[in-house]
Amino acid sequence: MKRIKTIETRNLEQSMKNGGCGECQTSCSCGVANQACEKKN
Amino acid sequence: MIHQYKLNGYNIVLDVYSGSVHVVDDVAYDIIHLLCEQTESGRTDFDAEPVIAEILQRYADQLDVTREEIQEVISDIKELRAQKKLFTEDIYEPNAYDLKNRHTEVKALCLHVAHTCNLNCTYCFASQGNFNGERGLMSFETGKRALDFLIENSGDRRNLEVDFFGGEPLMNWQVVKDLVKYARSIEQEHGKNFRFTLTTNGVGINDDVIDFANKEMYNVVLSLDGRKEVHDRLRRTVNDEGSYDMIVPKFRKLVEARGGKGYYMRGTFTHNNVDFTEDIFHMADLGFTELSMEPVVCPPDDPFALTEEDLPQLFEQYEILAKEMIRRKKAGNGFTFYHYMIDLTHGPCIYKRISGCGSGTEYFAVTPWGDLYPCHQFVGDEKYRMGDIWNGITNEAVRQDFKMCNVYAREECRDCWARLYCSGGCAANAYHATGSIKGVYDYGCQLFKKRMECAIMMQIAEQDI
Repeated sequence: MKRIKTIETRNLEQSMKNGGCGECQTSCSCGVANQACEKKN
Repeated sequence: MIHQYKLNGYNIVLDVYSGSVHVVDDVAYDIIHLLCEQTESGRTDFDAEPVIAEILQRYADQLDVTREEIQEVISDIKELRAQKKLFTEDIYEPNAYDLKNRHTEVKALCLHVAHTCNLNCTYCFASQGNFNGERGLMSFETGKRALDFLIENSGDRRNLEVDFFGGEPLMNWQVVKDLVKYARSIEQEHGKNFRFTLTTNGVGINDDVIDFANKEMYNVVLSLDGRKEVHDRLRRTVNDEGSYDMIVPKFRKLVEARGGKGYYMRGTFTHNNVDFTEDIFHMADLGFTELSMEPVVCPPDDPFALTEEDLPQLFEQYEILAKEMIRRKKAGNGFTFYHYMIDLTHGPCIYKRISGCGSGTEYFAVTPWGDLYPCHQFVGDEKYRMGDIWNGITNEAVRQDFKMCNVYAREECRDCWARLYCSGGCAANAYHATGSIKGVYDYGCQLFKKRMECAIMMQIAEQDI
């Protein structure tokens, strides 16, 4: 794809299966968008 | 849902529901825009012919933009759609309530160890530390019970967070130290890992604080607004003097002893300094590398309240900041900015993105007297008192309200591209701006979206596509 480059990102649909453990830090005013996954999924 | 924008020479396309990010050239950018218009009008497939005709006309002066070339781009877009990386649909809404109900164990407490303060900051949301109530310090026994409450209600969560907050927590420093020691003495037997944080105005920092904080505090938040004249204008001592000269040397000593990590400088900008990047650069030039600068949230009639007229300059400031951060990083003297620290590859899962910060469900604030509130910004508002650390949550109505306060609770967010980045925004800001935790603080939304656009652009620039 010479006119479209795709950046590697976490697949949100897939995260329904490998997410939700709740071990990540609470976030706040990092914020949710900045949250890192504790398990690096 | 697709969001497209141009920034710093990049054409960026976000696919909201997959989380995918694409960088495209002008032709692909325009083609995607035209195909978006088709899907928004209800089409489920792509009608290539009108797109080809429009692009050929638009790029008539570019010889390499041929019918075959355009068809190839459309074919690529169809392939990305088949891979669920473009034009994806929202598959999460039906599960929003279930998602929100998962894992409602408590995993974080904000301990208000001091409802008093040794500064008298004009814009303080905590009303100079007493949260519109009586002044007071948390006793060791109350703090100990709060830690026991956290362990008892944390289920199988291993990582537990405790923020020492106020007011000014260093005004009750011995209790802070005793509570950390108590937590360390019981964490192993319960299979827990405590992460402590400390938010301070810096006035009470001494060698003992530095040594203990650097040994036990996972993170330290240091309040500094930037340039001396900016900081001193609103962050006043009780004798009505500026506090910059008193605290900056202490912050530098603490950060140096800490090895420059596990802290951040937390500033607030107001209508008085809409050129807030100058304050960020000032802090960076002082040697601080972990920085944040937040817009003041206050009644609109306050003299320092941000105004609608400020918005264009604030947007420009966020762009200036992003570009300067890229430049400094390349030059080897970079710094971080709280809102630009996104992790695209290992970022938050969909559960986190829907449920947000966890206030009122997995995160509570504890007053010096053991009362529980949804978060530190609700403390003192009696109708949001949820219970106490001895009897647990007794106000189920408020808990249910917060359980349902997710990204799907707000009709205004339905068509917003940023909804899975902000999770519906800050409930406290929404409440103070609109009277409802499910309201929308529009001013904050506009700033948030600008910050996200800049943050994603910086990730792309880092990969230097």
